[in-house]
Amino acid sequence: MDKMIFGRYIPADSVLHRMDPRSKLVLIFLFVCVVFLANNALTYGTLLVYTIIMLSLSKISIRFIMSGLKPVLWLVVFTFLLHLFLTKEGNLLFQWGWIEVYEEGIKQGLFISLRFFLLILMTSLLTLTTTPIEITDGLEELLGPLKKVKFPVHELALMMSISLRFIPTLMQETDKIMKAQSARGVDFTGGPVKDRVKAIIPLLIPLFISSFKRAEELAIAMEARGYRGGEGRTKYRQLSWGARDTSMLLALGLVTALLAVLRA
Amino acid sequence: MDISLQEVEYKYQANTPFERLALVDVSIEIKAGTFLAIIGHTGSGKSTVIQHLNALLKPTNGKVLIGDRVITSDKKQKNLKEVRKSVGIVFQFPEHQLFEETVEKDICFGPMNFGVSESEAKERAKVAIRQVGLQEGILQKSPFDLSGGQMRRVAIAGVLAMQPDVIVLDEPTAGLDPRGRKEIMDMFYTLHKERNLSTILVTHSMEDAALYADQIAIMHQGRVYRKGNPTEIFSDPEGLFELGLDVPEVVRFQRKFESEFGQSLGKTCLTIEELSETIVKHMQGGTK
Repeated sequence: MDKMIFGRYIPADSVLHRMDPRSKLVLIFLFVCVVFLANNALTYGTLLVYTIIMLSLSKISIRFIMSGLKPVLWLVVFTFLLHLFLTKEGNLLFQWGWIEVYEEGIKQGLFISLRFFLLILMTSLLTLTTTPIEITDGLEELLGPLKKVKFPVHELALMMSISLRFIPTLMQETDKIMKAQSARGVDFTGGPVKDRVKAIIPLLIPLFISSFKRAEELAIAMEARGYRGGEGRTKYRQLSWGARDTSMLLALGLVTALLAVLRA
Repeated sequence: MDISLQEVEYKYQANTPFERLALVDVSIEIKAGTFLAIIGHTGSGKSTVIQHLNALLKPTNGKVLIGDRVITSDKKQKNLKEVRKSVGIVFQFPEHQLFEETVEKDICFGPMNFGVSESEAKERAKVAIRQVGLQEGILQKSPFDLSGGQMRRVAIAGVLAMQPDVIVLDEPTAGLDPRGRKEIMDMFYTLHKERNLSTILVTHSMEDAALYADQIAIMHQGRVYRKGNPTEIFSDPEGLFELGLDVPEVVRFQRKFESEFGQSLGKTCLTIEELSETIVKHMQGGTK
């Protein structure tokens, strides 16, 4: 639980931390599109190098990020295996009963799982280096034009920031209740699967109840202070787009150009 | 059952950028039948200490002896149920752990996890609910229909029904009204006296510590700052004031009395009765 890094912000002083959240959001969005340009070893290599450079720019220990992504790695491995066994193109390399592995399967498996992995890394990098409040501010600004068509941008941003904000709280709460129930003899880690599934009930019910209570309290607290979002609300934090942001986007542009040249 | 912490060190989230040293070189000896109060500021490590008492946390260094079990950092611990059965913990705001449909089921939950039969658990529930000062009729109600104070009592009953040898209380009276506080503390004290139940109380209240505990440990920044019996601890209030802690009202009164009259009473009194008696004796001694 302690090592989970989803949606978690890690304070540090790095280029990535100091970037404008808007440019980071745009960067990640573009990266997600650019990833699909890669289609051979050379282009995937380029993306891998780019991602590693970005990771090291964040000044967060790579070992820590990896250990935090462990649960997701299983998904990556699963993707690999799925492609490995289900792709039936190219030369047959290996056969054992009904299990057949084709050349194309290995290639596809490697590429797709690498693509998946890179996407996870880059998107985690966004939340690792940006506070939830910055992400929300950035998103609200970027989606601003949609207000013209009556799209509830502010409400959406608020909902997002509230849910992001309460992830750690929920984690803490989970930890607390797990401990309390462990002290009453629940075994969350060992024992037969049936017992472990049953052990979830004494955890989930208290969590649900406290979440509902918290939501209600939050709503009351906001109303008591006269909260009303959107129109005419000024901001304490001002976003500023600097040279750093432009050059980061240019760098990604360069990578994109490189990919366009190198792709098969 | 004796519990002993030996040079315990604990790091939260070890090997991550969030690593935080919570306990340093903590050694506490808890003999069977003692009433120990642990006092300290928020963040001084009190709650971390008590989670070591039934192996919810493993020390990152040093060792914890619980009865004849040894808990160290390197050993993978199996079969902790025995330990958890004999050391019951009432966490802060224990009402958050209620989840069953009826109060009875919730109280039976702990004992039945430890292998007590259903009929026996129901018997225990009846006893426990009276111990915490509620009526048996409440057993069939949903715990979520009760008031906050009642929920607290039900949660405490759930731990009492496990019939532990050692009971650990993490601010059991936080957020209760004065009468509820006194009732609950008196109940724990009676249990401690009648059953010779080892009791460990984490508290902010100097009054409770002075009134109930035989031993007090003061925690400061993850270390045990001072250990001793209440008289020893409160005889030197300056050290406590330095940590931003207070002394019981009685002790404060005595200090004021002594400085006002420029004479010492010769001992530190912890209860109003003791203090008034001492003052009377002192005055009589003085006039004669």
